[in-house]
Amino acid sequence: MEHRIACHDCDLLHEVRPLPPGSVALCSRCGSVLYRHKRNPLDRTLALALTGMILFILANSFPFLAIKSAGLTRATTLISGIAELHRQEMNLVALLVLATTLVVPLLELCALLYIFLPMKVGRTSRHMAMAWRCLSKVRAWSMMEVFMLAILVALVKLSGMATIVPGVSVYAFAALIFVLAAASNSIDPQLIWDNLEKSWRR
Amino acid sequence: MAPLTARRAGLANCHTCSLLTPLQQLAENHGHCPRCGSLVHSRKSNSLSRCWAFLVTAVIFYFPANLLPMTHTAHLGKVQDDTILSGVIYFFATGSWPIALVIFIASVFVPLLKLLILSGLLISVQLRSTWRPAERTRLYRITELIGRWSMVDIYVVTILVALVKLGALAEIEAGPAAPFFALVVVLTMFAAMAFDPRLIWDRMETPRD
Repeated sequence: MEHRIACHDCDLLHEVRPLPPGSVALCSRCGSVLYRHKRNPLDRTLALALTGMILFILANSFPFLAIKSAGLTRATTLISGIAELHRQEMNLVALLVLATTLVVPLLELCALLYIFLPMKVGRTSRHMAMAWRCLSKVRAWSMMEVFMLAILVALVKLSGMATIVPGVSVYAFAALIFVLAAASNSIDPQLIWDNLEKSWRR
Repeated sequence: MAPLTARRAGLANCHTCSLLTPLQQLAENHGHCPRCGSLVHSRKSNSLSRCWAFLVTAVIFYFPANLLPMTHTAHLGKVQDDTILSGVIYFFATGSWPIALVIFIASVFVPLLKLLILSGLLISVQLRSTWRPAERTRLYRITELIGRWSMVDIYVVTILVALVKLGALAEIEAGPAAPFFALVVVLTMFAAMAFDPRLIWDRMETPRD
């Protein structure tokens, strides 16, 4: 039973065979990705998740854009934008922005660290399966890369009105996008299930 | 002979951990995956009606999202309401056509494309179509990928509102279209999640008589 896998998109059954490094197994009928071979998944995921956590803290502690007008410079963070939407009674919009740019990316990083840090030292997190389940549920709502595009659009939009200076955290945001994408690409979910089954046998 | 799918083999595929569980064992486990504890369905339950419900609601909200103003600007005594399209036209006219293109694609084209593709897929499944299933599955995967980029305009408004407030050079407020637009993005994402692409393939195994 363990040597078979069903395509998530068309349900066709396939035999699981070992893959050469860095390659992908595709469904023979619909072309969806069945599974991938990951190089050094545990160390990579962990390193990227830790980097991501540091960048996340940086990105949200410093202003990401400053506006210069009439000799005054004022800076803003992501939170102040959300607070302003809330003040304008756009609560639904404020909530959505809060969830997709702050809460979900933070959850994503926390879940990765919670699963893979103990695994690195040979232990198994008690709620590992639940953490992964949450992670795969919320992942679609993590939209940092879209937010980065919005920063660029806003820069151009305001360039006629005032001088806009990108802050420290814009660079942290930019780096975070690549780190988050690389982190979720480096995960080998099989690692989680192998560990889980091993912990049951113990 | 029809190809062997998990369902024909009496197995259900867990979308979280890819474990194949015999249907009988699944029933004994109250529908939960014995390995990771997720709820497992052989096919997403009520996929078509849930998808239609999200889709129809999204179509309804698509109109106020595009017809009502997205931003309300007061700058040097001039008050202006901008819808998504009037913003696009403004940028095109002032020569910032890359920005005009980004906003047009993300805010107008992508939601519309998503609504059309998902409706097409739902209709094709309901008509028990056997037309190009691999291509239809690929279309479904594309709608899953592109939906998130529609959030751009919502984020732009968030940033503008925060910055302009601080600079005190103008007033920008989010307009009444913003919540509708946010709902269109969320609802089309829910619709894509509700659709089960395996239904496209189930029809291949039991073609029309």
